[in-house]
Amino acid sequence: MDTLFWEEEMETLPRAGLESIQLRRLRHLVARVYKTVAPYRAKMDAAGVKPEDIQSLSDLARLPFTVKDDLRDNYPFGLFTVPMEEVIRVHASSGTTGKPTVVGYTKKDLETWAGLMARALTCAGVTRRDMIHNSYGYGLFTGGLGAHYGAERLGATVIPVSGGNTKRQITIMQDFGSTVLLATPSYALNLADTMADLGVDPASLSLRVGVFGAEPWSENMREEVERKLNIKAVDIYGLSEVMGPGVSMECLQTSHGMHIFEDHFLPEIIDPDTGEVLPPGEQGELVFTTLTKEAFPIIRYRTKDISRLIYDTCECGRTLVRMEKVTGRTDDMLIIRGVNVFPSQIEHVLMGTEGVEPHYQLIVNREGSLDTMAVDVEVSEQMFSDEVKHLEALTRKIQVDIKDLLGVTCKVRLVEPRTIQRSEGKAQRVIDNRKI
Amino acid sequence: MRVEQIAVFLENKSGRLAEITAALAGAGINIRALSVADTADFGILRLIVDDVARARQVLKDGGFTVGITNVIAVEVDDKSGGLASVLKSIDQAGINVEYMYAFVNKSGENAVLIFRFDDMDRAITALQEGRFSLLSGAQICSL
Ligand SMILES: [Zn+2]
Repeated sequence: MDTLFWEEEMETLPRAGLESIQLRRLRHLVARVYKTVAPYRAKMDAAGVKPEDIQSLSDLARLPFTVKDDLRDNYPFGLFTVPMEEVIRVHASSGTTGKPTVVGYTKKDLETWAGLMARALTCAGVTRRDMIHNSYGYGLFTGGLGAHYGAERLGATVIPVSGGNTKRQITIMQDFGSTVLLATPSYALNLADTMADLGVDPASLSLRVGVFGAEPWSENMREEVERKLNIKAVDIYGLSEVMGPGVSMECLQTSHGMHIFEDHFLPEIIDPDTGEVLPPGEQGELVFTTLTKEAFPIIRYRTKDISRLIYDTCECGRTLVRMEKVTGRTDDMLIIRGVNVFPSQIEHVLMGTEGVEPHYQLIVNREGSLDTMAVDVEVSEQMFSDEVKHLEALTRKIQVDIKDLLGVTCKVRLVEPRTIQRSEGKAQRVIDNRKI
Repeated sequence: MRVEQIAVFLENKSGRLAEITAALAGAGINIRALSVADTADFGILRLIVDDVARARQVLKDGGFTVGITNVIAVEVDDKSGGLASVLKSIDQAGINVEYMYAFVNKSGENAVLIFRFDDMDRAITALQEGRFSLLSGAQICSL
């Protein structure tokens, strides 16, 4: 199969060449931000680091982190580096916890973004001959417009259908012959279920590939959406603080990791507790520095997403590092007897045990000076047996699998369905009773 | 000669058993036999009822995890030796008992033993060869 690139030279640079571009851009960025943004300057001064201290890429670690609160503290435009007359668009994240975060783009930023989104779509085998069905929401959210302009830049035909009105979306897919679906994975499943209700056979559509992102989704969900919609599903990653969709993208050749567009975004993996940069290949919190953004560049932004960087060469020919599918959020991380535990890891064990996504809850207590963890699992019909020994074997297996994966001993309890507390339909995954 | 049995998952908390029997009674379902297998952490309630499909639905609607398994019902004289003779022929055939429970029919003359074996097919053959009286689900309900 032919490999198609959007910007072949930048996507296949040898690492040394890439790093020299990154360093040049980084030094330029740090100097500019130090000069123009008072809050950045204050933080760097407090850390005792000057722009000229950045002599190599490893000097990046000397710069202070930027966190979501920095954006909130400087709401709405306090971290912009250019006068507002040069900002031609703003986006904002929903403010579910406190003030929203606002980001801005110059004309050149929007051109860069469209180019990177076109690059991302090309990774998924999308070409100018495609009919792109864009179900990402249009508005303050970066998804809709970000994907839209990338698809236009690519030269494909864009259907700006946005979210909602699922039946009409299916009619449009049938009548217009949509070949590519851009949506959140949960909306893709919603489309599939509605098709089933309407008796529409996905095989009768022209859909070939789905580019899904903007929310975490598991490998099981990928299989489900691929099967139900009869398409290939690929993962796209982005966040508004860094740019929007198109920060990294899975290629068609591998389903293991998304290529980070490193000529524009410099990734690091850090220990979420100590802030220390971790060696290549280790799992930790993903941190991004933008290298080319004008209006709203960001230095060492802590994404709170847990991932791992993969430096192996990819079959597709791209030399860009890959980031593993985000497996959790640092917000959810628990430290049990010195071990980092993510609810998603427990979920992984449970799914591997019974092949179903079970309802579960982690309960952490401190007995004396010792942390204890219990895992409550709601008994589904698939795992239930009329024989005690089978249920006991099941709890033992889960216990052993968790111990193997995390090195933490826990007690597994089977509980009746619907006994785990839910808020707004979502199960509460963790109860931490420790008073620390 | 298999009988359908309903098994229900129970957490060890008080009142659950009463809720289940009340729910079934409310739906007009008759419980012919019942046993609870207990561990420190959970229990499994096993029931023989006159309407398996409806009982299953009632319990599922009530939020319980329900399973249906096949068991074997053997009618013996309610006098000492009935159980022993069954176990003897099962043992001779090299079959293991996973669990068992019993109830006495209304007349009080005969006992009905409910068994789950590790090899149900061979158990049926062995019991038939031993000329034991195996009951069907319908027969149990008409006792
Ligand atoms: Zn690749």
